[in-house]
Amino acid sequence: MKLEDLRKIREKAEKELKLREGKARVKIVVGMGTSGIAAGAREVLKAFIDEIEKRNLQDVIVTQSGEKGLSSHEPVAEVWEEGKPIVVYGNLTPEIARRIVAEHIVNGNPVTEYVIEVKEA
Amino acid sequence: MLAELSMHIMDIVQNSLSAGASLVRVKIEQNDSLDTLAIEIEDNGRGMTEEEVKRVQDPFFTTKSYKKVGLGIPLFKQIAEHCDGSFEIKSVPGKGTLIRARFRKSHIDLPPIGNLKDTILTLVVGKPDIDFVFEIYKDGESFILDTREIKKELQDVPVNHPEVIRFLEEYIDKNLKAMEVVS
Repeated sequence: MKLEDLRKIREKAEKELKLREGKARVKIVVGMGTSGIAAGAREVLKAFIDEIEKRNLQDVIVTQSGEKGLSSHEPVAEVWEEGKPIVVYGNLTPEIARRIVAEHIVNGNPVTEYVIEVKEA
Repeated sequence: MLAELSMHIMDIVQNSLSAGASLVRVKIEQNDSLDTLAIEIEDNGRGMTEEEVKRVQDPFFTTKSYKKVGLGIPLFKQIAEHCDGSFEIKSVPGKGTLIRARFRKSHIDLPPIGNLKDTILTLVVGKPDIDFVFEIYKDGESFILDTREIKKELQDVPVNHPEVIRFLEEYIDKNLKAMEVVS
C-alpha cells in the first residue's frame, strides 16, 4: 500500500463530489481537552469516524475542539445540523457514538438519554 | 491519568492547536540498544514567553491562570522525570513551541505507547485544515507521514472523505505494525 494509491481514490471521489457539490450536512465536534482524553474521547472520536467511514456518509464531518467546559460529563460531543439547534451529548462511549450516528444522524432521532444540552446555533 | 503515551501526544498536540498552530510535527524515536524512547512535539503556534513556559509546567499554577492549558504538560513531565528521563520546553513567542520528553524505555512505570494509530488518524481526519508530520523511528527503521504530501495527492478531495479515511487507517496500521513500535 502506497501513498500514490490515493490518486485512484481521488479520481473516483472527485466524480462523486462534482455530482454532490454541497457542503457538509452535519458536523460532529468532539471535545478533546485533557480530561476528555482521559475519559475516552479519542475512542469516541474514533467510533464516530469509523461509522462515517463504514456508512460512507460523505456529508458528515467529524472534528475536534479543545475543552468544552463540561468536564463532569466527558467525553462530550456536539452535533451541528444545518437549520437546527446544536445537540450536546455527554458521558459518551464508542457504543453510544455509534448509536448517535445510526439514530440521530441517519434517522433523525436524537438519542435523548445522553443529551445534556440543546442550544441555539 | 492518561493511560497511554499516545494519549499524552494527543493532549500536547491539542495545546499546539489551541496556540493557533497550522503545522505540528510529532517525532517518536525508540532505540532499543540504548533503552530510550524520545517524544518530540513541535508547532508553529504563537509560542510562549519564558514566564509562560514556567507556568505551563507547574500543576498548581496552570489550571487557575492558564485555563487553556490544563494538567497535561505537568503530567507528561512527571512521567518523563520519573522514568529516568528528561523534559524540556523551548518556545519562542510568535514562532512556536517544542516539547521534548525522554524516557528509559524499560522503566516499569512507563505507560505503553498504546494506540498510536488512532491518535494519528483522529488528528489527521479530525483536523483536516492542520498539517501534521509524524516521524517514527525505531533503531534503523522509520515511518514518516506528512499530511502535506497526502493533501497534494488528494487535491480537492478532503482527507476526511470516507474512502480516504479507510485508506489512511490501513496505511498507518500497516506501517506501524511493520515497525513493531513498543506497546
